[in-house]
Amino acid sequence: MARKRMIQAMNEALLEEMERDPSIVLFGEDVKASLFGDTKGLWKRFGADRVRDTPICEALISGMAVGAAAAGRRVICHMMFGNFVYTGMDAIANQAAKLRYMTNGQIKLPITYLAVSGGGRSAAAQHSDAIHPVLANLGGVKVVMPGSPADAKGLLKSAIRDDDPVFFLQAAGRGGEPGEVPEDEYLIPLGRAAIRRPGRDLSLVAIGAMVRPALKAAEALSGEGIEVEVVDPRTVVPLDLETIFASVRRTGRLVVVDEARDTCSVASHLAALVAERAFDALLAPIRRVTVPDCCIPYAPVLERAILPNVEAIERAVRETLAWRRPA
Amino acid sequence: MAAGGSNLPREELLEMYRRMVLIRRIEEQLARDCAAGKLPGPVHLYIGEEAVAVGVCRHLSERDWITSTHRGHGHFLAKGGDPARMMAEIYGRADGICGGFGGSMHVADFSKGIIGANGIVGGGIALATGAALAAQLDGDGRIAVAFFGDGAANQGVLMEALNVASLWKLPLILVCENNGFSEFSPTATVTSGSIAERARPFGVPFREIDGNDVIAVWQAADVAVRRAREGRGPSLIEARTYRTRGHVEYEVTFITEPYRDEAEVDAWRARDPIDRFARRLREEDPGVADELAAIDAAVEETVRAAVRFAESSPEPDPASARGHMFATAP
Ligand SMILES: Cc1ncc(C[n+]2csc(CCOP(=O)(O)OP(=O)(O)O)c2C)c(N)n1
Ligand SMILES: [Mg+2]
Repeated sequence: MARKRMIQAMNEALLEEMERDPSIVLFGEDVKASLFGDTKGLWKRFGADRVRDTPICEALISGMAVGAAAAGRRVICHMMFGNFVYTGMDAIANQAAKLRYMTNGQIKLPITYLAVSGGGRSAAAQHSDAIHPVLANLGGVKVVMPGSPADAKGLLKSAIRDDDPVFFLQAAGRGGEPGEVPEDEYLIPLGRAAIRRPGRDLSLVAIGAMVRPALKAAEALSGEGIEVEVVDPRTVVPLDLETIFASVRRTGRLVVVDEARDTCSVASHLAALVAERAFDALLAPIRRVTVPDCCIPYAPVLERAILPNVEAIERAVRETLAWRRPA
Repeated sequence: MAAGGSNLPREELLEMYRRMVLIRRIEEQLARDCAAGKLPGPVHLYIGEEAVAVGVCRHLSERDWITSTHRGHGHFLAKGGDPARMMAEIYGRADGICGGFGGSMHVADFSKGIIGANGIVGGGIALATGAALAAQLDGDGRIAVAFFGDGAANQGVLMEALNVASLWKLPLILVCENNGFSEFSPTATVTSGSIAERARPFGVPFREIDGNDVIAVWQAADVAVRRAREGRGPSLIEARTYRTRGHVEYEVTFITEPYRDEAEVDAWRARDPIDRFARRLREEDPGVADELAAIDAAVEETVRAAVRFAESSPEPDPASARGHMFATAP
């Protein structure tokens, strides 16, 4: 174990995996200079054959990832900001997510798409979208959202070894977040949630960047005798329903925090599933803490007003606990 | 005063000078503000490239359209955007040109034909093509100009736009600002062949020009604008220039290894478009020095006024954060 920033943990995972598997190629815009630091040093270590700076052409690189994977490579494709996934969306939605299915399972597509997702840094509407709901809705790509540096390492290594297209979404503004990170071989399987903090009163499911404010809210509420169980799904496709349902069955209450626009967010999806399959366990309506259905604004006061924060989470928890069936 | 045999009227030359200096001083102010931690979001400065926006936009009226890039302050100001309201926008204030919702990468003023800066590289190319279609349908001689970088020229949409604009004879001018870099990648490492010549197979006239020579830009734009206004179709101009500042302010905090030589930067500073133009004007007419000084002083005052305006503007009301999503309430 050593204390590292999330971006360093990712860098370590990339380095170890590329070392381990010479079939891996990595490409994207400015991966050599490395804006975020995740691909730092890889070009020096592995050379220009395996680590390539591409021109600005997302429509091409997202599709090249599919072609190179179909032709036998394990591919890591850096899309930079989540919003640039949209400019590369055709090959992602129409090729990566569908090629295996359409060809009756003839091929595997071992691709890891990297992107920074979400807001909080006054980067404005075209650099701040939380893109996981759009991706989750494609059906054919897995979606990983690490909530801590250690998870970032273990999940990224698993994503790279996975034989399907996987989006690894690093939360904007969380790259510098420090935490203990295990050395060397450390794998977290995709599709396994983690209970970050046990609690008997309410299940608080927090996705990606939302894990940290959820834990802070849980800590604060604990001072008042409210014990919240914080569940971090870690991957939204596949989604570990078993762990989430088990938690809800223990506590009887659910709040989901998701830094996505509310309509068709993962929070909404999860709320629907729990309402459908665990209705009998619920003592109160499910609450979602999400982003309103608008763009992410530039000015800090505006952005703060719409992104989920500790106060909004605490409020949702209190209101859920205070809820009484109307007489 | 002829400035390089251009036969441009004196007032026009001085106005070009004024606009270039205005862009420069506003952006120098933004660089200081950014260093002082006063700007909430990222800013990409246009310093060193001012001649391109000014040489082109001097041909445009408020009724013509432009689309711009993430490096868009220069286009905004050259097209007649209000410096104070742009400043307030970048400060994230309520009186910003977009109410604080857009910031540096989204400054826009539709009342002046400024469809706006863009956070998506290449995003403006299609928008300008659409504006050119609308202008063509209006049939009143309006045109559209897309400013985009050498990096953006590698997005497939450039080819798509060249094809459609040529086929439909759209009043479109594609202005590629080749400033030597696509973020931190030198152009030659990510761009093959010639950008200007990408127009050739589509039958679109093209020219490669010295983008640090405002007269050369003005002249190339003159030809392209006439062609567009007369309904003869699109043109492409590749202006060779250089960004003397970083890709984005405070890049030194995350780019640990140099990606260019200081000597290269110095060589381009020696070809600074404003200094060069001022020198030329003075050589041709020593008497112009006083006028240039007066313009400099007036611009300094405009910048100070813009800062005062931006600083005194309140922050936007958080209750308004959902903004103007739809024209008709759902
Ligand atoms: C679709 C898209 N891909 C990537 C980026 C990230 N990005 C921002 S500016 C830039 C470089 C643009 O280069 P160029 O078009 O030459 O413009 P310059 O910055 O040199 O003015 C990149 C890659 C982006 N904003 N949009
Ligand atoms: Mg460039």
